[in-house]
Amino acid sequence: MTDATVITREDQGEADFGDYFALLKPRVMSLVIFTALVGLLVAPVPVHPVVGLSAILFIAIGAGASGALNMWWDADIDAVMQRTASRPVPSGKVEPGEALAIGLALSVMAVVMLALAANILAAALLAFTIFFYAVVYSMWLKRWTPQNIVIGGAAGAFPPMIGWVAATGSVSLESMLMFALIFAWTPPHFWALALFMKSDYHKARVPMLTVTHGRRVTRNHILGYTLALVPVSLGLALTSIGGPVYLTAALLLNAWFLASVIAVWRRDEPSAKADSYKVEKTAFRVSLYYLFLHFGALLADATLGWAGW
Amino acid sequence: MVMAIRAEHELHRRRFSRNAGVGLALLGFVVLVFALSVVKISRHGPVEGFDHTPRHSLTEPGQ
Repeated sequence: MTDATVITREDQGEADFGDYFALLKPRVMSLVIFTALVGLLVAPVPVHPVVGLSAILFIAIGAGASGALNMWWDADIDAVMQRTASRPVPSGKVEPGEALAIGLALSVMAVVMLALAANILAAALLAFTIFFYAVVYSMWLKRWTPQNIVIGGAAGAFPPMIGWVAATGSVSLESMLMFALIFAWTPPHFWALALFMKSDYHKARVPMLTVTHGRRVTRNHILGYTLALVPVSLGLALTSIGGPVYLTAALLLNAWFLASVIAVWRRDEPSAKADSYKVEKTAFRVSLYYLFLHFGALLADATLGWAGW
Repeated sequence: MVMAIRAEHELHRRRFSRNAGVGLALLGFVVLVFALSVVKISRHGPVEGFDHTPRHSLTEPGQ
């Protein structure tokens, strides 16, 4: 390597470890870790702490790997969107080929290690999740249909099911309802975001519902999907993992989220613009609490069960 | 005479960060695989050796 080469690399902004870590989408990974951990802990089969820790780690690495593959594929979209322009690939810190190699290597490692640490079914579900997010969502749905968020949301819904399967070795009604909870929650969550980030998606030519069908239709869809979400949330209370804490939390959180979504639905564009999408931003924030507290309540009921209550 | 380069450049800091990060991640992975192996093996009771040692299940009553 010559001095000239070194200077060229420096000008491109040679990446440090944090830039490579950012490829794994740490914020998304934290949600994956939390929901997978809850899925694993509420399962009726006790798991050795080392096996449980390993399973969660490999699920998280698998999710991170699919994030790296998504960043490799979507670098052109990320570059024009203000929210994502500083990501490692569009900012030039990490080469696209490096992102691809890291994504593929970590995917294989995470799936093989999860099979060894937990079981084959959990590993197969993780492999399918990575495939679904990187190929079905990123390469196919995202640029093709405004239903991208609806179908692609399945990728984010798998982690609690994988955690459950890592503990029990099989898929059950409880794990399917945890999947359905995140699956039905994803569209209103992302469409609320899209309402106040429209110009970004428009610039990137991503067919978000706001771009293809307008904001009135998006507001209607947000309400529709939230209404579909309510029975899933309450249904989970009737299963073996539901309890008094979960039932109380589900009732309160559904009332809170519905109220904020109805406020979004009743608004028109001029009034939303007038206060810089305050109500839409509130609904987006409430949606985050909604999911986090639902899974927190499941964990609280499991903890009460261990304590013998 | 060869003079050692002492100046620490920003580039060196980033490279060190990368190398240290990868090193720590690999070390963590080795520790985790070792711990997993210990848990998985010890879960199935005493390991039976078949190379010139008597099997527990044959020598110990109740096995």
